[in-house]
Amino acid sequence: MEIPYTVQNRPDTGLYNAKLGIWLFLASEVMLFGGLFSAYILLRVSQPPGGWPHGWLDVRLGTVNTLLLALSAITTLLAWAACKVREFGKFKFFHACTILLALTFLGIKSYEYHDKWIHYEIQLANGKIADGHLIEKSADFDLAKITGTVTLHGREVENHVELMDLRSPAAQSAKLDEMTIPASDIKKMENYGPRHNTFTAIYFTLTGLHALHIFGGTLVIFYLWGPGSKLYKTDPERFTNRIEVSGLFWHFVDLVWIFLFPVLYLT
Amino acid sequence: METTVQQFPPFRETPAHPGHDDHGHGEHHEPNFWQKYIFSTDHKVIGIQYGFMALCFMLFGFFLMLLMRWQIAHPQMPVPFFGPILEKILGQPAAGGAISPELYNSFGAMHGTIMVFLGVVPLAFAAFGNYVVPLMIGAPDMTFPRINMASFHAFFLGGIVMLVSFFIPGGAAQAGWTSYSPLATTIPTNGQAFWLVGMVLLITSSLLGAVNFIATIIQLRAPGMTWMRLPWFVWAQFVTAFILLLAFPPLEAAGVLQLMDNVAGTSFFLPTGLAVGGQLADRSGGGSPLLWQHLFWFLGHPEVYVLILPAMGIVIEVIANNTRKPIWGYKSLVYSVLGVGFLSFIVWAHHMYLTGMGQKIATFFQATTMMISVPSVIILTCMFLSLWGGAIRINTPMLFALGFLPMFGIGGLTGLPLGLAACDLYLHDTYYIIAHFHYVVAPGTIFALFAGVYFWFPKMTGRKMNEFWGRVHFWCSFAFMNIVFMPMFVQGIKGMLRRMSDGGINYSAARVPNAIDALPGTAMQMNGVILWAAICLGIAQIPFIINLFWSISHGEKVGTNPWRATTLDWQTPTPPPHGNFAHEPQVTHGPYEYSMPGAAEDFTPQDAPADKTATAPQPAH
Repeated sequence: MEIPYTVQNRPDTGLYNAKLGIWLFLASEVMLFGGLFSAYILLRVSQPPGGWPHGWLDVRLGTVNTLLLALSAITTLLAWAACKVREFGKFKFFHACTILLALTFLGIKSYEYHDKWIHYEIQLANGKIADGHLIEKSADFDLAKITGTVTLHGREVENHVELMDLRSPAAQSAKLDEMTIPASDIKKMENYGPRHNTFTAIYFTLTGLHALHIFGGTLVIFYLWGPGSKLYKTDPERFTNRIEVSGLFWHFVDLVWIFLFPVLYLT
Repeated sequence: METTVQQFPPFRETPAHPGHDDHGHGEHHEPNFWQKYIFSTDHKVIGIQYGFMALCFMLFGFFLMLLMRWQIAHPQMPVPFFGPILEKILGQPAAGGAISPELYNSFGAMHGTIMVFLGVVPLAFAAFGNYVVPLMIGAPDMTFPRINMASFHAFFLGGIVMLVSFFIPGGAAQAGWTSYSPLATTIPTNGQAFWLVGMVLLITSSLLGAVNFIATIIQLRAPGMTWMRLPWFVWAQFVTAFILLLAFPPLEAAGVLQLMDNVAGTSFFLPTGLAVGGQLADRSGGGSPLLWQHLFWFLGHPEVYVLILPAMGIVIEVIANNTRKPIWGYKSLVYSVLGVGFLSFIVWAHHMYLTGMGQKIATFFQATTMMISVPSVIILTCMFLSLWGGAIRINTPMLFALGFLPMFGIGGLTGLPLGLAACDLYLHDTYYIIAHFHYVVAPGTIFALFAGVYFWFPKMTGRKMNEFWGRVHFWCSFAFMNIVFMPMFVQGIKGMLRRMSDGGINYSAARVPNAIDALPGTAMQMNGVILWAAICLGIAQIPFIINLFWSISHGEKVGTNPWRATTLDWQTPTPPPHGNFAHEPQVTHGPYEYSMPGAAEDFTPQDAPADKTATAPQPAH
């Protein structure tokens, strides 16, 4: 006996096997991201007043990325529709667009990560805080040996609280300068990596996991667009099903971003 | 629902499939050893792979427990015979052949992890589910055979990662199988990171398996196999798969967050102002240890039902077969298992009454916990009532299934005081808890799993396991299980805490004579009794191990349906060939039509021609 309903729908469920499979998988993904979003909510509401940062992420870049993914959802749908009406050329074009859009998304995301990685908060010996993006470290810079200097593009503040709300008028009007700080003035130096505070931890973990999903989805779509598309010649119906199933996953990943964007960038 | 009579002679006893007599070795020319046993996509081979690995892991987990019991009964004394070996393998933590507190902690954490995630779940869900479910519903294989293979490989890899963690500097995870933060992050060993990576692999394996099971049961049921004709075992596996599918991902999320805490220095589960060893930890803080517990128990409690439901499924099959009459209350059983599956998602915080999460929340979870006992009791009651008036055949599988009933009953009923917050505050984290959940999973679930092994062994090999040694195995296990676990209720009520590497000696009346709550001498003496009972329990498994391997080639040869069972798994050749059925079975009967009036024999297979009963009124489905 062969396994039935690999391509055709089972009459009483109206589904072929893989479509049911991907919906079940997506249900588990909902629970995965549901767990992470619950963690976000619980950690955020338990912060002391003023403890949650605002405006740390670039809304413009976030908006561009949102539009990129929304557009890729459309091209994914069109690619599937093209397969459905057996227009292979159009399928190739639309999924090429999907792949390019996804890669652009990942490019922008990497830029944002890098921007946070070179952003430093330095506690100075005089009790003030220097905060800004790294321009350069002198060749002999070493915190342990207390030698050399570090140059930031940013500002100096009296209190850590001033760094928390970058949307406040005070922060908006702050003048950013280049400043060079000798190692002897530095008490503690830390970049805006995951360990910086709860917000950056959540930001890197959630968007990182999402980016992994984007990366995995792109790999699958690239395979179906390239070497995997040979199947179209021999079994177009099965191939169309594969495009549909991978498309369902892609739409889910887009949807996760639709939640991530307001939760991390806009609030 | 579907009673169309296809005049299609269903598969009955036919000449044995080629390659059946010498149990499959080398009869098929096409697949070589690797394709057949390591990279197989056949659900039956994968089921056996899972079963074999799970039994090995269970034996290993049992051995860890024996070492711990020695340490509890004789704190800091060198372990006889195994002590020098331990010292040789593990070095400093086992200096002088004695088990250090750190080593005790990692044995404790790994005993729990191995028994739950590498032993019982793979055996109950993956092994029996893989082997039996497609056969029972009349399917040629799982829906996604290659995903099935990937699932086993992820499981295997996860097991390897767990085992490797014993040998890294600092040793395996030491924060208990629950891995509570901040303990799990502050203990100076990378074992926790290994544990988390291993768990992510095991979760992946379970997810792939769960998707496969659900899709198979929905899509690949043979014609006529309506939902109400499914053997209850399939229902139990179906609900179990949903629990795994939906409850495991939050633990995966928690695992990722804790991995970030351990590796990237974040503070998801570390509170502000955390001090480690008297020093303020270099952490941003702001995290929540309670969050870990919520995410962990969101899996952790449904996991209990993952452990018990497939076992109950096995018991129902064995009882129906050996009482020779329909199971009592099939529909109640189906709705109860669905109810248990649903409610299992909203009881998790009854593990957290003592955390200070608040009385209002505790009250809510106390109510749901009491509610879930209703469908559980319905299931157990149906099992008991099925025995009423049956012509019971006593054989090894039936003995284990009958043993399951009172043992699970004890486990379940002793859980009631734990579900009520007021008494849980006292009993929490004592040996009472250990006794309670071991009664559920050890003489409960594991007895049912033994029943399943003895019951389906003839299907896998075409031979029965030895009956006499099976009975020896049962009666010795039954006696020693109870001697191991019954005293723990007393110890717990006397106030002995779990997770103490010295077995409570520092709190004993002998050490602190003036304390009114010191542990009395009787409670301390029980440690010695339990040790010897545990050793005897281990010896009692030797007949099983020998029987299992010996019977593969020397057991009594039997036909395709030695138990004279109704379900489809017994209506195929033995062992079933690739593709399982010669042609698609047409299901015309319910799952438990034993001793039907007017039937030629005392069992009516599900795919028996319908003409004999076609005139009889069909039960409304």
